[in-house]
Amino acid sequence: MSSPANPEIILEARDLSREFDGVVALDRFSFKLKRGEVLGLLGANGAGKTTSMNMLLGLTTPTSGSIQAFGRDFFKNRVELLRRMNFSSAYTSLPGNLLVWQNLLVFAKIYGVPDHKKKIAELLELFEISDLRKRVTGQLSAGESTRLNLCKALLNDPELLLLDEPTASLDPDIADKVRKTIRRVQSERQISILYTSHNMRDIEEVCDRVIFLHKGKVVTEGTTADIVAKSQQSSLEDVFIKIARSGDIEE
Amino acid sequence: MNFRIISALVLRYIFLYTRTPMRLVELVFWPVVDLMVWGNLTMFLQENTNAQFAHYLLFLIGGMILWDVLFRAQQGVAISFLEDVWTRNLLNVFVAPVRTVEYVTATFVIGFLRICVTVLVLSVLAFVGYHFNVLSLKWSLIPFFINLMVFGWSLGMISTALILRWGQAAESLAWAIPFFIQPVVAVFYPVAKLPGWLQGIALALPATHIFEGMRDVLNPAIGHASWSHLGMAAGLNVIFMALAAWIFASTLRATRRKGLLTKFATQ
Repeated sequence: MSSPANPEIILEARDLSREFDGVVALDRFSFKLKRGEVLGLLGANGAGKTTSMNMLLGLTTPTSGSIQAFGRDFFKNRVELLRRMNFSSAYTSLPGNLLVWQNLLVFAKIYGVPDHKKKIAELLELFEISDLRKRVTGQLSAGESTRLNLCKALLNDPELLLLDEPTASLDPDIADKVRKTIRRVQSERQISILYTSHNMRDIEEVCDRVIFLHKGKVVTEGTTADIVAKSQQSSLEDVFIKIARSGDIEE
Repeated sequence: MNFRIISALVLRYIFLYTRTPMRLVELVFWPVVDLMVWGNLTMFLQENTNAQFAHYLLFLIGGMILWDVLFRAQQGVAISFLEDVWTRNLLNVFVAPVRTVEYVTATFVIGFLRICVTVLVLSVLAFVGYHFNVLSLKWSLIPFFINLMVFGWSLGMISTALILRWGQAAESLAWAIPFFIQPVVAVFYPVAKLPGWLQGIALALPATHIFEGMRDVLNPAIGHASWSHLGMAAGLNVIFMALAAWIFASTLRATRRKGLLTKFATQ
């Protein structure tokens, strides 16, 4: 019998497993994401971060296990729950031949955003790209494009945001601005965020808690400070390297 | 089904077409080439054959226009999906609260709008260049247009399912699939001219009944729609639409199960 839904738990994965042609990409992965919490998923390439993210978005079905979002079965209520979520990834883009405002207008209409003109103007202002409103999306730089994707991701005032390497390919200045904006918006609106990144500075600045994955299994989890202390490494980056090479934080 | 979401998706395609004039050229260029080839051939044959033969020539132009209805409807669905693949926007759409039926319906609407643009341009050019007035065609052809469009949508869904299953390597199917059936569905000649074994296959496709029916309407000796052709076309369309929807939905489920959707959408 399942326990009554806890309104403070926004997202919960239970024993999530995924195999691809006999290869285990994720092995009984469980976690809970609380309201207003930023949870980082860390791990080397092939650790299972993207597989997890894809399952949490309903793009890939798990081999076994379940996902609850807002206390409800995600796969049975996918469309309804997606209205309360959003997503941004460095590996997707908005149609390059549309103008910036056209792309945002289309998604504002999809999400049923009230007073969408005002909302779009606010978000462009927030990410300091108001001047790009009438620019062709395909002509934006990587940094501008990332900020536009984040505008799209915040259009519906999501309660749950999934961010897949949002600062990948950004220069340190833009990456810093993006991190600070994400953190500010998150804290103002109490958004729960699941965050993947290979940039340890991202993780340290943005995430309240992290889970390290290695070959589909959880190696360790906790605050970045706790993990660094527990592993007896000098930095989170060293912990990352240690886990990527040995699969463990212990000597 | 949420009409706000469908209209938002349609708006996206309208922005795409109006922002990219080359897409409009593609909508118009090939139909105009077809019209010129068939129009000039028709004029040449009219001048050099007897008057009795002339009305058969109308079948060619009629067949060409109706074929374009099928082709544009199929393209509306398949190319709209490919637009999302080419622009790496597929994931944004699939993680938005968009139901599959809403996404597919939006591509149907785009297919219909593409037909409207193409038929409008062809009608004007046919009138100016060949004194062929589309409005002189009998209104009883309209149910045939509708049936052909619905069959085009079914083919579009099957094309999209194949692209989903086989990835971008199968993109050429978006253009090829209608032409696989073209020789069989009696676009320019009666089904009776096909070999006997092929006639059974031809008659199992809705488009065959539509082209046969079109010839009845345009033939002065008959001059009216055959309800049996129309009934068969409509009945077969229901079966094909259900089959196409099933193929599309099960392929989409399979791509999710195999984890192919994200690979395909980000490659």
